[in-house]
Amino acid sequence: MKLTRRDAMAMGLGATMVAMLPLRVSAGSHGAIMAFTGGAEPGEGDITLTAPEIAENGNTVPVGVSAPGAEEIIILAMGNPNPEVADFKFGPAAGASEASTRIRLAGTQDVVAVARMPDGSFIKTSQNVKVTIGGCGG
Amino acid sequence: MATGVKPRVKVPKTAAAGDVITIKTLISHKMESGNRKDKDGNVIPRSIINRFTCDFNGASVIDMTMHPAISTNPYVEFKARVDASGEFKFTWYDDDGSVYEAAKSITVS
Repeated sequence: MKLTRRDAMAMGLGATMVAMLPLRVSAGSHGAIMAFTGGAEPGEGDITLTAPEIAENGNTVPVGVSAPGAEEIIILAMGNPNPEVADFKFGPAAGASEASTRIRLAGTQDVVAVARMPDGSFIKTSQNVKVTIGGCGG
Repeated sequence: MATGVKPRVKVPKTAAAGDVITIKTLISHKMESGNRKDKDGNVIPRSIINRFTCDFNGASVIDMTMHPAISTNPYVEFKARVDASGEFKFTWYDDDGSVYEAAKSITVS
């Protein structure tokens, strides 16, 4: 088989795309989870993330997190320039390991919550939020 | 420098011992993210509240770290357990070094 110039171009382009795709996803946002867990992969568990499915205005999106017994919960927005959003540490006078606040989202993306439990394990959950700026659909 | 910063907190006035109460806090602050540009293309420097804490009679209720993705006028709602009467202390830490404080007392029967 003879390799034409056109074939070579297509192969090069394909290879570049394959190489770039996973890198862009993992480098920023997944790294933020790993920085919090110290490299441990968080599992499933009793953690709830309350966020709207569709947010009309990405500038103020109400989100709530709840993980009974958790010592610390972080919220990450995977599609933001900086994925970190908030970090809640619950003290001895806390009534429940839950909190809610309002956050900014740059666009339609996954919002992730990771909780650190007293035994040192980590659990996470995520929800996709569609952001419809100007009402043109996400 | 942030101007016109005004903290507001909502705590029930009374509760029964051992109750879990909901506390709502809001502080007016523009929370400039540091990602925006003005019309000349210059980056507007970051100016946010980066930490919020709440203590009840010296014991920590919540210690929150805020990043630029927190909305303007940061609103936080959380729960506290009260076993005795006392005072809630709320503290916000600004990027510019300012510290804003508020306090609310509660009577526990």
